[in-house]
Amino acid sequence: MITCSEAVKQLWDYLDGVVEEPQRELVEEHLSFCRRCCGELEFAEELRGFLASQADDDLPSEVRARLTATLDGLDRA
Amino acid sequence: MDRFRTLAEREMARLHALARRLVGGDAEDVVQECLLRAYRSFSQLEHEQAGGKWLTSILLNCCRDDWRARGRRVEQVELDEVDEFSLFRKIADEDPFPYSDSVHLDFLHQFGSEDVRAVLASLPELYRVPLVLVHMAGYHVKEVAFMLDVPLGTMLARLHRGRKLFERQLWGYAEENGLLKEGARP
Repeated sequence: MITCSEAVKQLWDYLDGVVEEPQRELVEEHLSFCRRCCGELEFAEELRGFLASQADDDLPSEVRARLTATLDGLDRA
Repeated sequence: MDRFRTLAEREMARLHALARRLVGGDAEDVVQECLLRAYRSFSQLEHEQAGGKWLTSILLNCCRDDWRARGRRVEQVELDEVDEFSLFRKIADEDPFPYSDSVHLDFLHQFGSEDVRAVLASLPELYRVPLVLVHMAGYHVKEVAFMLDVPLGTMLARLHRGRKLFERQLWGYAEENGLLKEGARP
């Protein structure tokens, strides 16, 4: 049995899949009866999704042009 | 050169997006330096399917050099009790949008990409780098430990602290910028 504080400390790692047995089982056991920590877990998932959604790979055209010019320079070298 | 160019053109946008989160306004210079270094050592790349990770590792070295050149500004962030901080509980306790049924999601929706970039920039690089690589660039924690050349346990500890710092800084940023009022953002 682990406390809320111990469970919360491991929630992100749990989501990352890096909590090993037997600790993983203890986290899951705690989540099975603790609504508050389930809320923490859901929010951690939302926060992960929020961070991932910020990944914007759009390259401004002027930056692309300058980086392409760098590659052109290497072509000529 | 053709193989290098194909790889560089394919990865350019991703590298620039990553660099923007790590070094802000110096991103273009850092990516340019990364491409030059990668070109010089392209013959060392054994498996071209690993080209993306290989370029990311070079980019991280360029970022480190950029931080050093800028005098490695040490961000003043209070670390006391950060490991205990819970944004989930903070939002529940403070109840910033009292008439909302989805207060936690509503809180996150207040932030635009510029806000997130500002919050990330306020984190010390030691914690910002693993956070960005794992949660924004999508690398596995083991890959990041390898790229940063640190034991997995060290990387996980930094990542944990980075996430907690991010949560706390996000709350602080919302307070300072008036995002905790219902309807603060359309």
